[in-house]
Amino acid sequence: MSHSLNEQDREFPDGRPESAQPRWRQDFPTDEPEDQALARREFTKFLILTSGAFVTGQCWIGAMSLLRDERRPPEKRLASESEVPVGGVLEFRYPTEDDPCLLLRLRDGRLVAYGQQCSHLSCAVIPNPDRGRLHCPCHNGTFETGEGRPIAGPPRRPLPRITLDVRDGVIYATGVELRTV
Amino acid sequence: MEFFIDPARCIGCQACVHACSECETHKGHSMIHLEYVDRSASTQTVPTVCMHCESPTCADVCPADAIKRSGDGRVMTARKPRCIACSNCVLACPFGVPKMMAEFDLMMKCDMCYDRTSTGRKPMCATVCPSGALFYGPREEVEQLRKRSRPVNQFQFGQQTLRTKVNLMVPRHSQAELLDVTAAMHEPPAGRSIALNVLAPEA
Repeated sequence: MSHSLNEQDREFPDGRPESAQPRWRQDFPTDEPEDQALARREFTKFLILTSGAFVTGQCWIGAMSLLRDERRPPEKRLASESEVPVGGVLEFRYPTEDDPCLLLRLRDGRLVAYGQQCSHLSCAVIPNPDRGRLHCPCHNGTFETGEGRPIAGPPRRPLPRITLDVRDGVIYATGVELRTV
Repeated sequence: MEFFIDPARCIGCQACVHACSECETHKGHSMIHLEYVDRSASTQTVPTVCMHCESPTCADVCPADAIKRSGDGRVMTARKPRCIACSNCVLACPFGVPKMMAEFDLMMKCDMCYDRTSTGRKPMCATVCPSGALFYGPREEVEQLRKRSRPVNQFQFGQQTLRTKVNLMVPRHSQAELLDVTAAMHEPPAGRSIALNVLAPEA
């Protein structure tokens, strides 16, 4: 703000006029009306900068989704069927070494695999095949093992599903299915 | 409506101290200072309310930007969300007005009963003062009532010249333009005299 909103003829301790006062006196005015006033120019600046930031963010999100690699990751051999008994759990990494996943054989004999990172804040979920649950200890999030959907706690999205293929008694991971609901 | 303090009229009855604590803006806490000048020699007392400087030193030294002056020139108690209880204002005030309330971690001070004076009423202390040492009213009225005095609102504090919203009554015949705030600290009154040499020499 370049001028005082409060027209009081104030004398400053150093005797100089208001225009010669240091910048901090403008930034931290003593008078309440000035302290609470938001100049139109500052408000306009705030609006333009904020909306500019929103536009940039949206463009960034759009560009990133255009550039995303949509190809299916290569198949990966996980284990032979006999290595995963009913109620058994196998840890593996797919599609890269930075993506921990869990392979489970449910009580009905079905094979399922999910990414291990909780959809809330990416903590590692801990499998509890006896109760048919995947539990995230960070914030007490719980997923069911049948579909990987959240049933308790803060997570709202299901775990990413790893599609599987079983050929000649060998389990292969064939792709990652990111789900929002 | 202006505030006029005439310390010579103070009788030390403490009415202002108790009335002050009933003010709505600082319930239960008296913000007025009632000091003996020299208790061993005299019973003379001096009431001190906030002088409401035009350039408030307390606000200038506040590192938390907590002390603000209202649109009509009243310096307010520190804002609770901002005050960090550093006591800078207590040390810096030329008149020793701000009080550090340790139990609230908050500087509180006389705000000239903002709830009352902003609606046209007198501050609590001026309402109850029986001797007129604390007077709140039109300037014409005080000039008519106090023929031998005149109000002064300029003070010298070290190198700094202060102008205040509150006026102090000085003898009418005195030519002094300023009152030296610190002069009395160095010259204790002699004998039974209680006249302090606060009237600055003529410029």
